[in-house]
Amino acid sequence: MVNLIPGLRSALQHTGSVVWLLVHTIQEMGDTMLRGRFPFRVSMFFHQTDRAGVGSIPLVALVSFFIGLTMALLTGYQLATFGQERLVPALVGIAFTRELGPLMTGIMVAARIGAAYTAELGTMTVAEEVEALEAMGIGPLRFLVSPRLLAVFLLMPCLVVISDLTAMAGASLISRWAFDIPFRVFYETALENLQLKDLIAGILKSFLFGLIIGLVSCYKGLAVRGGAAGVGDATTSSVVTAITTVIALDTLFNVVLVALFE
Amino acid sequence: MTPAPATPAAETPVIELIHVALRFGEKEVLSDVNLQVNARERLVILGQSGGGKSTILRLVLGILKPTGGNVKFKGLDVGRMGRRRLNKMRQKVGMIYQYSALISSLNVRDNLALPLEELTDKTPSEIDDLVMEKLTMVGMADARDKMPSELSGGMRKRVGLARGIMLDPEVILYDEPSAGLDPVISSVIDELIIELSEKIGATSIIVTHEMESAFKIGTRMAMLFQGRVLAVDTPERFRDHDHPVIAQFISGSTEGPILEASK
Repeated sequence: MVNLIPGLRSALQHTGSVVWLLVHTIQEMGDTMLRGRFPFRVSMFFHQTDRAGVGSIPLVALVSFFIGLTMALLTGYQLATFGQERLVPALVGIAFTRELGPLMTGIMVAARIGAAYTAELGTMTVAEEVEALEAMGIGPLRFLVSPRLLAVFLLMPCLVVISDLTAMAGASLISRWAFDIPFRVFYETALENLQLKDLIAGILKSFLFGLIIGLVSCYKGLAVRGGAAGVGDATTSSVVTAITTVIALDTLFNVVLVALFE
Repeated sequence: MTPAPATPAAETPVIELIHVALRFGEKEVLSDVNLQVNARERLVILGQSGGGKSTILRLVLGILKPTGGNVKFKGLDVGRMGRRRLNKMRQKVGMIYQYSALISSLNVRDNLALPLEELTDKTPSEIDDLVMEKLTMVGMADARDKMPSELSGGMRKRVGLARGIMLDPEVILYDEPSAGLDPVISSVIDELIIELSEKIGATSIIVTHEMESAFKIGTRMAMLFQGRVLAVDTPERFRDHDHPVIAQFISGSTEGPILEASK
């Protein structure tokens, strides 16, 4: 119990710092826009969207395809014992759009992009590059953090949609082969059972996860101390923190959603 | 070396540290530091490694806030400046880092163009002209398209110097400008610092523990020891100073109060 208090205090301090990072980034962007200038370099934003979004498509699609396939296969065999394998399309459809799509994509993006952001900004911090930007009067938050944050925030929903679609593709493929469910029947059943609130919940989650991954990874990168070892530690910590936060927020989001709308 | 013109006593110092103290937790880094830097002078701050010299530069830039006292830039308290005013002030100050701190993902041209592109409304051709002008000033015109990783330590330092003066600053802060360089390149950098200060008319604060450079560059010198300023004087008087710490630091002797204090 005694050991928990410093840990809790440290967690609250970090949470506060992450919130301040967001506030200061928005303020720096606002200051620049008030001077009639774009808050960040558009080329840098597109570079980041390419890395975070386009670059993540193969991983997200492949992993989601296999998870969708496995899920359909395992649930299908269980349901087949009761003669209910026709429920597979609805089950996979709802599970992925509402839960697994955002969650799996969040974990993959945290590991792939979050780690890259932290390592990159951490190396720049150690080499005094971030401080040099600050010393020149160029806000490092709007220059370095805002394009990264916006890229991962805006691209997460797109990646989630890709994850949902490829998971359905995997599930429909195995359903056709193992349970003799035609492709057309699979998609029609899935769409019939999907509700708008499932889609909205999934998309809202994906925005939230994108924001959290971007903020945590940038914060960890900018807070690096102690050279190369510090960058390594921060990168590990960034991935662990981002994944844990994504899962914790997912649970919280589900509890709130069920309490309010179910 | 032409000494910088004397400043009238009544004129507001460009930079002023008044009873400045700084603590990092339990560690006292600076204690009751008082310094005045007048227009166009080159103040050299001497002191041991890790003695708080570079910290003074960060206090001037407002990157660190003092835990006591005030840091003033042209009479305005840096610690009380809001973000916008602080950024405006920083545009008048050029900081030259010990390891150059060039943005590693940008080439030399883009590193130099960065402050102009981000903070001014100059056209790309004006920016290109200014980049070439500053690169020529530091003798690095050929390195325009090179990446920082392709440059040697001395070359990087010169590019860092050029970036620091892109906005024609009123004040230039140098953090160990000749540390880790061979004697020839070190002399080149020293002469460049003098030339730049005279050409631009900038006020300079140079943090170093390289004695030869310090006497060559400085128009005034300050000695920092155990977080306090021991003396501020002309290089001529510093050379024969009777304070045992200053005398030992200048001679580089292993006998004296500096090593005794660190035991």
